[in-house]
Amino acid sequence: MENKAALSAGERLIKSKQNRSLGELRGKILVTLCALIMITATVAVTIFLTVKGLQSFLVNHVSPIEFLTSTNWNPLADQPSYGALPFIFGSLAVTFLSALIAAPLGIGGAIFMTEIAPSWGRKVLQPVIELLVGIPSVVYGFIGLTVLVPFIREHGAGTGFSILAGTIVLSIMILPTITTIATDAMGALPSSLREGSLALGATRWQTIRKVLLPAALPSLLTAVVLGMARAFGEALAVQMVIGNVRNLPASLLDPSATLTTIITLNMGHTTYGSVENNTLWSMGLILLIISFIFILIVRYLSSRRKI
Amino acid sequence: MNSKVADRIATGVFVTIAFIIVAILAALFSFILFRGVPQISWEFLTTPSSSVRAGGGIRDQLFNSFYILFITMLITVPLGVCGGIYMAEYAKPGKVTNFIRSCIEMLASLPSIVVGMFGLLIFVNTTGWGYTIIGGALALTIFNIPVMVRVSEDAIRSVPAEMKEASLALGITHWHTIKTVLIPSAFPGILTGAILASGRVFGEAAALLFTAGLSTPRLDYLDLNPFSETSPLNIFRPAETLAVHIWAVNTNGIMPDIREIANGSSAVLVLAVLIFNLLARWLGSVVHKKITASK
Repeated sequence: MENKAALSAGERLIKSKQNRSLGELRGKILVTLCALIMITATVAVTIFLTVKGLQSFLVNHVSPIEFLTSTNWNPLADQPSYGALPFIFGSLAVTFLSALIAAPLGIGGAIFMTEIAPSWGRKVLQPVIELLVGIPSVVYGFIGLTVLVPFIREHGAGTGFSILAGTIVLSIMILPTITTIATDAMGALPSSLREGSLALGATRWQTIRKVLLPAALPSLLTAVVLGMARAFGEALAVQMVIGNVRNLPASLLDPSATLTTIITLNMGHTTYGSVENNTLWSMGLILLIISFIFILIVRYLSSRRKI
Repeated sequence: MNSKVADRIATGVFVTIAFIIVAILAALFSFILFRGVPQISWEFLTTPSSSVRAGGGIRDQLFNSFYILFITMLITVPLGVCGGIYMAEYAKPGKVTNFIRSCIEMLASLPSIVVGMFGLLIFVNTTGWGYTIIGGALALTIFNIPVMVRVSEDAIRSVPAEMKEASLALGITHWHTIKTVLIPSAFPGILTGAILASGRVFGEAAALLFTAGLSTPRLDYLDLNPFSETSPLNIFRPAETLAVHIWAVNTNGIMPDIREIANGSSAVLVLAVLIFNLLARWLGSVVHKKITASK
């Protein structure tokens, strides 16, 4: 009797152990599968967009050199020409200009939160930054369209649809990205750095400028690059305020177009598979390549991070 | 002293910057809410939109936004949590893990319009579905998964090591420990992250423009058969979301009351995102208190 109970207990144990190890294996397979799905997605996006993006060069024989260097975009003419330079220029222009505005503001905000007023500054600014992230990009575009564009039209020149309007909208959009990462970077600096500098008699500003900023520099640059990546890829908000003309802009107040805005506008109007449509996919490929380049820069910067 | 003066000036500059950031947010919010909230009425929320006449509402767009969000989260959350478990518990440092990390990073920084183009290529053209809700949801999944993975990984990693070790020391297997110890402790973090990601998905437009389309068929809300053409639950129908609607109305709308519609829709969108944010914080802290018994 006793023996039998022990046996069945033993059997039960063995059985449950089998169940366990089966579950173990199943769990491992499940989560590994999810990791594989992410690899598949990334590879699929890259491959499909590359193949589709190269079609205009390989199938339609659009010259890649003309595509990248000509300023003449006129796909509907008798002698169609496909020069995407104005759009590439527009994209890069709004990206760099908005980084120029947002970087000092974002890093300044981060310094305020970590060095000047860590206790209450964080309490006020943190939710503000989170809410700024939450505002959808179309709303930014809509406000740009209803406030910024008329303002520039009245106080500047032209129609108000301009690189300037696009830049301002984008700089507000990337501000939270830069601030968040910069705050993390400054907050992660060991406090011995601060205390050492202050103990030597340096003022707070000297400590920030000579000790903390150089120490956090790679991370701060990462913040700016990620902000630029976001600005570069933003489509709808910019499209609503930039004016979308195909000429190279001569000044900040001139309308312009970016790669994303041209894709947004024309993808629906062009026939799938036509030459013009294929050149839009080539622009998408450029977007993909440049966002990869941004990642490489971030990786390089993070490999240089020492602290 | 020069350095003292410089210190004062610098402090002043940083305070000004902080003030500017707060002022930007205050201006944006007051603008959206003051202009938009008066437009929101029961009628605005419950009448279908009109493409030519004034007085159209946002009923279908609102429903589409929530429905696409729901389907997206249905796919993203399990995938993202499993991915997070893999990265936190199973991934060994090495080339493969590095590669997966690069993939997550790349997915996270893909411009949403590129995700939209990929969706157009695969879910619209290659599969032949045309503009569909499921296509939009899958595109948003690509866009959302890296966020979900990172959130879950962080939440699982922040579970105290003693809890895991205690469980393993009792002879519980690894997967069972993950299921019964790690996931419950990490749940508040994952929940908060998922709700915040929902807010992001809710406001996303560029990726949906090419995948879920710019139109909504005439919907019959009493028809709950998901395979019927007019059913709102049909996932193979085109669907314009609220964010896409705002863009479309502003760029090529021809109804006379564009401003009112755009103001009202923007306010609804921002309020929804705001609610998602508050909900995430509140639920996160409530659940955290409930399951960790800490005060």
